[in-house]
Amino acid sequence: MIENRPFTSFLSHLILILGVIAIALPIWITFVAATHNELRMNQTPLPLWPGTYLWENLQKTLFGKGLSGSETAPVWMMLLNSLAMAMMISVGKIAISLLSAFAIVYFKFPFRMTCFWMIFITLMLPVEVRILPTFEVVANLGLLNSYWGLSIPLIASATATFMFRQVFLTVPDELLESARIDGAGPMRFFWDILLPLSRTNIAALFVILFIFGWNQYLWPLLITTDTSMTTIVMSIKQMLEAAEQSPQWNIIMTTALLAMVPPIFVVISMQKLFVQGLTETDK
Amino acid sequence: MLKRVHFPSSPLPYLLVAPQLAITLIFFIWPASQAMYQSFLVEDPFGLGSEFVWFENFELLWGDQHYLDAFLRTAVFSVLVAALSMGSALLLAGFAQRVVRGAMFYRTMLIWPYAVAPVLAGALWVFMFNPTLGIFPYFLDFVGIDWNHYLNGGQAMSLVILAAAWKQVAYNFLFYLAAMQSIPNSVIEAAAIDGAGPGRRFWTIIFPLISPTTFFLLVINMVYAFFETFGIIHAVTQGGPGSSTTILVYKVFNDGFVGLDLGGSAAQSVVLMALVIVMTVVQFRYVERKVEY
Repeated sequence: MIENRPFTSFLSHLILILGVIAIALPIWITFVAATHNELRMNQTPLPLWPGTYLWENLQKTLFGKGLSGSETAPVWMMLLNSLAMAMMISVGKIAISLLSAFAIVYFKFPFRMTCFWMIFITLMLPVEVRILPTFEVVANLGLLNSYWGLSIPLIASATATFMFRQVFLTVPDELLESARIDGAGPMRFFWDILLPLSRTNIAALFVILFIFGWNQYLWPLLITTDTSMTTIVMSIKQMLEAAEQSPQWNIIMTTALLAMVPPIFVVISMQKLFVQGLTETDK
Repeated sequence: MLKRVHFPSSPLPYLLVAPQLAITLIFFIWPASQAMYQSFLVEDPFGLGSEFVWFENFELLWGDQHYLDAFLRTAVFSVLVAALSMGSALLLAGFAQRVVRGAMFYRTMLIWPYAVAPVLAGALWVFMFNPTLGIFPYFLDFVGIDWNHYLNGGQAMSLVILAAAWKQVAYNFLFYLAAMQSIPNSVIEAAAIDGAGPGRRFWTIIFPLISPTTFFLLVINMVYAFFETFGIIHAVTQGGPGSSTTILVYKVFNDGFVGLDLGGSAAQSVVLMALVIVMTVVQFRYVERKVEY
């Protein structure tokens, strides 16, 4: 604060509060919808204040048959699928990027730059632009409707490899020299020195990748046809379609709420890591 | 690039890069080259054989009024999404950076939509704007606006733009806030001593100094609007009504998986790939040499 301007301070708070309201409104309305029963959710105007049916809706959504009139897996199962997919994507990405960044930074070997460029290219090919042929590859490998098919094609990541490369380049050379004098081999050095040094980077990246994995939509939509493999994020679309016949908005919005809570919880509870991860991976 | 001190050559580094290279080859490079190859083929109506036709698919694309419309629509859509979300993020960050009390609270409350999946953002907005039940159409009715995005293309477009921009504000806000906080206080103080008010300081000092961030965010937001908004479109409008919200990435999906026009869809994929590559190169050139004063 440079000078005291009561009006400007007042204006700042006003604008920020308006911004917070505008940002939070959709989530608030979702939450309210998840706390009313079906009857109330079919009368206009829809409520703006929470009701008393949250618990009942949660039970119905989590353990019920989903929407009447649509064939969906129980929601607890979708939550598990989403969790498995998000974990596999984030752990897998971190593992293979750590290894390849280690190889590229710490070894001199023929075709080193070729490898580097091949990894770099993946930065330019988001899954959306190559969906059809990638789908064919996965289908040919027999990976449709499996956790492997859900996660592996999304695992390769240039951003994570770059980030770890950046981190490793800042590690002082003396550490490697002393490790080698003490007789440590490459893997020992990686395990005992590099990994502990990049712990916070790994955690920050994990937060971002977990959200990335959890929120995948197009890919799971294509490769899962079996209802027992649906993820929670993609189930929303099926429910929206079913809503045209039976508008059970309380159930749909409870599902939406359940789909949003884990990543939002991750962002808020690990805010510092989240901000670090976001700024590090994209720059 | 390489460490000055490094390990001697051995088979080990190949083993280390093998997993990533294998995945890259199988799921990125091979499919991408397949897309490239397929874009030169025309499949016969029964899917029995295909014919190599060179650039005919591309020529068809450029002659196809639907595709050109989709191109223009995507441009309008992404410019509006970027402008709306970056504009509001800039405004909020500008004020948030002034505030001392409650700064943490505001930041937390403004960043969490980042965690909401695009398709969920779409679901939330489509619920709020549901023509028969939604809250906004109910109020819009009082001012004489008859809202039905299932019938009105313009309204459908505004809805997807709103939903897409809403989700992206959090991201832009974080980057703007970080950029503003990295401006040295002495510069701002000097301007204040010279008698520049907050508004003037913002436009003559803060805004020019954060222009690299603006440029970076512009590229990121364009990429976001081009590709990641697929979920929003799919959940909210499915490209309709008519084709009033069919953007390029939705058209690739729709022509390939629903229309089964493999060659045409592959040609569109190739065009999209070229676009992404251009955007990435632009972004990287910018990272190499930042805007200087």
